[in-house]
Order: sequence, then structure tokens, then C-alpha cells
Amino acid sequence: MLLEVKGLCVNYRTERGLVRALNGVNLSIGEKESVALVGESGSGKSTLGISIVRLLPANATYASGDILLNGKSVITMNDQEVRAIRGSIVFMVFQDPLNSLNPVKKVGDQVMEALRIKGKREGTARETDPKEVVEAFKDVRIPDPHVILQRYPHELSGGQIQRVIIAMGLLMKPKLLIADEPTSAVDVTLQAQILKLLNDLKEEYGLSVLFITHDISVAYNIADRIAVMYAGNLVELGPTEAVIKSSLHPYTKGLISCIPSGRRNNGLLNTIPGNPPSLVHPPSGCKYHPRCPYVMNVCTTKDPELTSYENSQVACWLYSTQSKT
Amino acid sequence: MERTILGEQQSLIKTTGLTKTFLASKRGLLESLSRKPASYVRAVDRVQLEIGKREILALVGESGSGKTTLGLLLCTLENPTLGDIYFDGEKVQKSNLKKARRKIQMVFQNPTDSLDPRMNVRSIIMEGLQKFPGDKEKKQRQFEDSMKAVGLDPMEFGQRRPRDLSGGQKQRVAIARAIASNPEFIVLDEPTSALDASIQAQVLNLLVGLHDKYGFTYLLITHNIAVARFISDRVAVMYAGRLVEVGSTDEIMTAPKHPYTQALLKSVPTLETKELQPPTGETPSLLNPPSGCRYHPRCPYAMEICKTTDPELSRVENSLVACWLYPAPRVVSSMSSSEK
Repeated sequence: MLLEVKGLCVNYRTERGLVRALNGVNLSIGEKESVALVGESGSGKSTLGISIVRLLPANATYASGDILLNGKSVITMNDQEVRAIRGSIVFMVFQDPLNSLNPVKKVGDQVMEALRIKGKREGTARETDPKEVVEAFKDVRIPDPHVILQRYPHELSGGQIQRVIIAMGLLMKPKLLIADEPTSAVDVTLQAQILKLLNDLKEEYGLSVLFITHDISVAYNIADRIAVMYAGNLVELGPTEAVIKSSLHPYTKGLISCIPSGRRNNGLLNTIPGNPPSLVHPPSGCKYHPRCPYVMNVCTTKDPELTSYENSQVACWLYSTQSKT
Repeated sequence: MERTILGEQQSLIKTTGLTKTFLASKRGLLESLSRKPASYVRAVDRVQLEIGKREILALVGESGSGKTTLGLLLCTLENPTLGDIYFDGEKVQKSNLKKARRKIQMVFQNPTDSLDPRMNVRSIIMEGLQKFPGDKEKKQRQFEDSMKAVGLDPMEFGQRRPRDLSGGQKQRVAIARAIASNPEFIVLDEPTSALDASIQAQVLNLLVGLHDKYGFTYLLITHNIAVARFISDRVAVMYAGRLVEVGSTDEIMTAPKHPYTQALLKSVPTLETKELQPPTGETPSLLNPPSGCRYHPRCPYAMEICKTTDPELSRVENSLVACWLYPAPRVVSSMSSSEK
């Protein structure tokens, strides 16, 4: 396994109290596999992403559990070791591309910097060749790469910047690409272009991808497997077709039925009543139980574990053979 | 009377040649003295649009296509550079601006930004009623009725501040503020795009319910095709400041005519298909828009004429399309000229 997240708990200390952002998350990703992590805002999906590259803010702590990248624990690494895996093994693309580039340096120079670091690591420190950057730009389908590399970030569009960053990541030849909402800040035609690009690159570079998104339709288009998060827990994990076409967890079903697919004359949309819970004072038992139409007694007292059911895994008492007492 | 695109329906809003340009950069003294010509961005360019009474029109397009500017123009929050707006048959001008504005309201994308954080919900809604006639009791009643209409208890929520509300509740307050004065026309600018999927569905249902109950006319601005399909009667597609296609929602969703509309629909990820076929290239700069049809550099069917002459909206079957692929009898607007 390239990535193994085992029973990961992450807490944030805040003025309002301890926020339990992740509550025992188990997730593994194999080589050349793409997994989409789907959830609403505050479900903990971004926290999981930045936990893997150890970019958690200062008020966050790894409470328990472990993250293994290529068999090595990320949590116990020293800073030097962490820097060594960033880029070479795991590369992260963030939502707002403008914040990811230095505004006062030409994009070509910034990509060249990535190449220099790679050279240093491989012990082959050498003059960097702009031709390599041009090649990388061509790989991510940037038109007129020679022109773009002389530009400053503010002269590029959001889609172009996101591509520059992906190109920069690919030059480092990582094994795992973590993309946190990489298409939320761009238009739908550009989003489709970037999704297509990531799918192609997965093949060309043999990449594994962890794709974090709030849009379940995007997840369906990009992933081999889908993991659904709710209030810090994985509630369903399985092959894409299974999760979408025969979802198990009531939350997954609810999320899918909320998406407008018809016309208003054919009836109103299904909704999930209520709001996502507070993570400072989460509900007892299954955190979804106050909104769940199938709630039973056991749901209000005991939190179900993620267990296998058919081809998927689901954390719900409806499917559980676990002891309910 | 010749059948128009709206059928027998009466139009509430009509625009003719509506254009809005913005100065691209500030001109200081030096620039003025050097007599360098100012450069302008044409955010909205010669838009002919009609919205029928009680109709829901979805305005779709990508960022920078000018859809928000068009929304602001129709709300009379921006003054058009050229062209006119007719509200209920009357041309909107300085003398009747106030009158028209009483019938128009707007709901913005992000309720956290559009609600004053220091005011409580009651004052947020009552503030909007200040310029309307009626005594205190009537306004209190309007406040309570509008809160109930959006599904919030006026007693429970009246004294709360925006920070004590969830995203969905905030957007409900913004909608209550818009409907409190009983307007006819409401511009909804991406009303659900800041909300999570489960909350988006609640708000869309609410908007449909309010439309059916009170007969509001909506212009819903959105980049979300699924939302547009769900809620609208007709769809208008905007590209780089121009309307490229206007038609019934069924027509546009099942048989789009303009190559851009076709590409846009094939870019939307859905749970039905995994075949995304996005157009190549990016949306053009409005500072230097392409000559002729603005879509021609990205269009797979581009012809010689597309590079030189900008097509006008013209009737193709039941839709209006601005594209040289459809050599149809030209009409100036959705109302045929013979009718004037």
C-alpha cells in the first residue's frame, strides 16, 4: 500500500473548545489508484489531506492513529524527513491556486526551482534546462509554453495557474497527488479540462490520486473508489459505481438525492433535514442520527464502526452484524 | 399579434441593446494629459432580453461572462452605458427609477457578506422597508410574514445576529429581506453556490415554493447547469458579454443549438455519464475580445464569416441563437420588429 491511514484522530484546540476534526479514520490507497474523498464543509476532508503532508496548523494535534506513506510513519518523522517526502513521494495541490505561487517571481523561474530541488536531492545538482519546463507545460496542455513561462502569476488565468502547479508537481515525479478541491475556483469548462488532464496524467505518470471534493458528481468522474466523510468519520467507502449506484449509508443516499437532476414540475428536491453537527459538541452515537430517516435506538448511543458489506464498507447499524448491545 | 418567444405571455422586463462598459484602469492626470485613449471592458454587450411575468429565467455562463453585471443592470443598481430597460412596459429612467425599484429586489451569493454582522435579523429586514409606505405595525407584520414564508420563526430568530445562524439560515434571512416588501421581480445571483449540497436543495425548494405562492418573477444567475435545469422555465446563455442562446429549458438542455451551449453542457460532471468533452481554450479577455463571434477561437465549426462579423440573436425553431451556423431570418430582438 502506498498510503495507509490507520485510526487517525486529529483535534483542533479552539476558543469554543476541542474540535474533533477526525475520529478514527481508516483509509488506504494503492499504487495507480484514485480515491475521491467527498463530504460537506467541516466534515474533515481537508484536515485529512493536510495531515498526510504534515501541514496541520499549530493548534492541531495528532491525537491517535498513524499515517504510513510507503510504509513509513509520517507522524513520527523529523522535519528533514518530512521535507524529503514532500514532492518526491507526495505532492499537494490546493483549492486557491493564486495563493500557491510567489506573486513576484516569473512562473518559469518557480518551476525551475522545483527542478533544482529535485537535482539536489538526486545528488545531480546541475544547470536547469528551460526545455524541461517547456516539456512539463506541454504535458499539462498549457498553450504557448514559451510565452507562459515568462509571465508572472497575476498575468495567468486560474486554470493556467492550476496547470502550472500541477506541472511543477509532476516534475518532482511524486507517487501520490493530493488534490484539495483543485477545480472549485475555476469555471465548469476549465474544471472538465483539469479533470480530464488528471485522468490522463494518472495513466501517463502512474500516479495515485487522493481527490478531495464536495461535489459527488466530480468524484464520480475521477475516482476508482469513493470515500464519504461526515463529521470527522468515514461513513462509506467502496468502488465508485457501488457508492453512487447502490449507496448504503443513509447520508450518501441523501447527498445523491439532493442533487437536482430533473425539472421542478416533476416534484421538489429531496433534502436532508437539519444542519451538519457541531464538532465541539457532536451528537452521541452515530453523528448522523439526528438527521437520519432510519434512526434506531442503538444509533443514539453507539457509534458504528466502518465494516465490510458486499463490495463496500459502511458505518451504519442498518447493515451491521456487530453486537448492538 | 405575432407570436413572440414568450407566447401570449406578457413581459415584465425587456431590454434593448443593453450595454455596460467599465473603464479598464483608473485614469490619472498623466494619462489624461497624454491623450492616450482609455481602454474599456465591455461587460455586457448589446443584450436583448425579455422576462415574462411570473417566469423563472436562468442566466448561465462562466465567470467573466457578464451575468452578474447584467443582473445589477436589471436591478437598476448599475446604469447602462447604452440601451434601455423597460419594466412592466415603462422605460426605466431617472423620473420613475424610485417607482421601479420598489418592485425589484436582489439576493446575493454569499449571505455572510450581504447581511450586516452588527444588526439583528429583525433590523436587517426592517431596514429594507424604511423607504416603503406603511406604519410600524404594518412593517412588523411584513417582517413576521416574510420570516414565516422562509421557514424561520420570527420570535426565535428576530433578535439573533448573522453570526448565530448557519449558512442556510442566513440565506433564508437574505431571501426574507428580499420578499418583505412584496416585489414583483427578484434577481437571485448564485443564491446557492456558497451552500453545501444538502442545504442547497432546501433553499432551491424554498425558492420554488415562494414563486408558486406569490408569483414572483425570478432572474436566477448561476453557473450550475443542474440548478438552472431544475428551477427555470427558460435559459439564457451568456458568453463574453453577449447572449448566445435563449430558449425554453427543455429545448436548451436536450437540444442546445449554439456550439458554446453544447460544449458547456458536455463539461458538466453528472452522475449519469463519465464522458466529459470540454471545449479547448479559455474564456476570452473582455479587454481585447476576439473579432466577429467571440466564441470563434474555441469553436470547432468556425467559418470565415465568424472571424469578421458578430452574429445577432435570431430565431431558430423555438429558440434564439446567435450563430452563423443557422442562417435564419434575422430578428432584432425576441419581439419581432413588426410588432412595435
